[in-house]
Amino acid sequence: MHPQPVFFIHRDKIPPMSSDIFEITLLSLKVSLLATGISLFIGLPLGTFLALRRMRGRRFILSIINTGMALPPVVVGLFVAMMLWRSGPLGDLHLIYTPAAIVIAQTIIAAPVVTGLTASALQQLDPRLRLQLLGLGASPTQLVVSLWQEARLPLLAALMAGFGSVISEVGASMMVGGNIRHQTRVLTTAIVLETGKGEFQTAIELSILLLILAYLVNLGLTLIQQRGTR
Amino acid sequence: MVDTILNVIDLVVTRGDQIVLKVDALDIPQGEVLAVIGPNGAGKSTLLLVLARLLQPNAGQVYFRSLPMEQEDELHYRRRIALVLQEPLLLHRSVFDNVAAGLRFRGLPRAEVKARTLDWLKRLEISHLKDRQGHRLSGGEAQRTSLARAFALQPELLFLDEPFSALDAPTRIRLLQDLHALLNETGITTVFITHDLDEALMLGDRVAVLLGGVLRQVGRPQDVFASPSDADVAAFVGVETVIAGKVVVSNDGQIIVEANGLNLEAVGDFPIGSSVMYCLRPEDITLSISDQAAGSSARNHLSGRILRMAPSGPLVRVVVDCGTPMVALITRGSANEMKLVEGQPVTASFKATAAHIIPR
Repeated sequence: MHPQPVFFIHRDKIPPMSSDIFEITLLSLKVSLLATGISLFIGLPLGTFLALRRMRGRRFILSIINTGMALPPVVVGLFVAMMLWRSGPLGDLHLIYTPAAIVIAQTIIAAPVVTGLTASALQQLDPRLRLQLLGLGASPTQLVVSLWQEARLPLLAALMAGFGSVISEVGASMMVGGNIRHQTRVLTTAIVLETGKGEFQTAIELSILLLILAYLVNLGLTLIQQRGTR
Repeated sequence: MVDTILNVIDLVVTRGDQIVLKVDALDIPQGEVLAVIGPNGAGKSTLLLVLARLLQPNAGQVYFRSLPMEQEDELHYRRRIALVLQEPLLLHRSVFDNVAAGLRFRGLPRAEVKARTLDWLKRLEISHLKDRQGHRLSGGEAQRTSLARAFALQPELLFLDEPFSALDAPTRIRLLQDLHALLNETGITTVFITHDLDEALMLGDRVAVLLGGVLRQVGRPQDVFASPSDADVAAFVGVETVIAGKVVVSNDGQIIVEANGLNLEAVGDFPIGSSVMYCLRPEDITLSISDQAAGSSARNHLSGRILRMAPSGPLVRVVVDCGTPMVALITRGSANEMKLVEGQPVTASFKATAAHIIPR
């Protein structure tokens, strides 16, 4: 299979040097953490609302969001690329092939994951716990914060799943970021590039780096998650 | 006159087309412990949720201190009450944090939260558990934590929804005794839901009977049990003779209870002077035409006059006035044999072992 030319605009003669690797790793981390953070900002309140509020169409919305959890990154990439393309509806923003475009695409991938898992985390709590907390005088805000604390294990799992879905994603980053050296090259797109060139040594190094990065972020979240449990 | 803290008028709660709760009138005076009894699915918990403002009724009005309940801000109202449910529903935090939870919701100063929490941990005898995680407690310990959490709020109204029904018998009895003492000590107005008649008799100043979602009768325990308003209530309460008295003799597992000028023997271990309810099931009371009772092994013989006779299937329910009303259930055959009629003098006999003694 021949990769599309856009992937290989900057076909490098030299493998990425250590400074390049540092830059690529940092960008991967920045972009994916930012996308996960925005997804949390959207998904935590939305998932909470869907879990706690009884209303018409709740099941329908949840089914849509659960489908969104399985969104293929290339489909998201296609959609975001069309929106941000110079002739597209948001073309005037000049965001295509920038890190911001990758953040937008990754947010679209992670937000349904965080939302859906937040809703299911809160729905797993005993419904009478809400009555109990209200009966002890909790305000609506105190109620929600208490429920989040009670569901902190599955909620942090939701966050980890959101981060995991974007740090490992390659299709959307490639399509909307373009894998431009010093600008939008992230670990996953760099691995694709190096493998395409037959530079397996570099590809393996980058892969190990990606795994270490994913491990460190999840280790941090796990430590927060498991605090106070034995 | 005692202030009424809650008045319920023409309350209706429906689910779909079905009426799940209907209360025409219910007043709860300040300081009272109202025991709401009824079988499962009778609407007891629904009533509690409405009174706690956690469920909006479909019709009717609840007045809190003479003002319509919804005139008061909902959060403000919920901060004047406390709720204990059948499941303790503790947070995944320490026992201390659980008991402090409601106080922290109210934004009280840290020092006060600590002092009140420690005080109530001590009063419910769980101080030694304060650092234990809430989900690592036994059933009794967890329910003590839940009670401490509610009492620490010093609520104006305490709502208890079958708090002991999930506990084993010995734990339940100890906790009931402790709760009884705390309610007497604090004088908090309490609505206590139970399907257990003993619990209702032990704690309730008054008893409200809910059957099929409808409030059927409210009154002092001895009145409700002795004169049920209808056959359904009678069938549910079962024990119909309830006499309030005091233990005057206690010797080797045998006691004598003095009530309304009568000395009644019973089996049990209660200290002299303790207040008790002396309860009898109607089928445990036998009737004889005066002077015939001498031969039986029953320890208690009371003479009186037949007040009322009401046929109930193959049986006849006979109310005898022995200074206090006693309800006996005898077959139609024996009623005919003895030619019982209203106004006739009879002797009511029952064994000491038939009496069920409930401490007050």
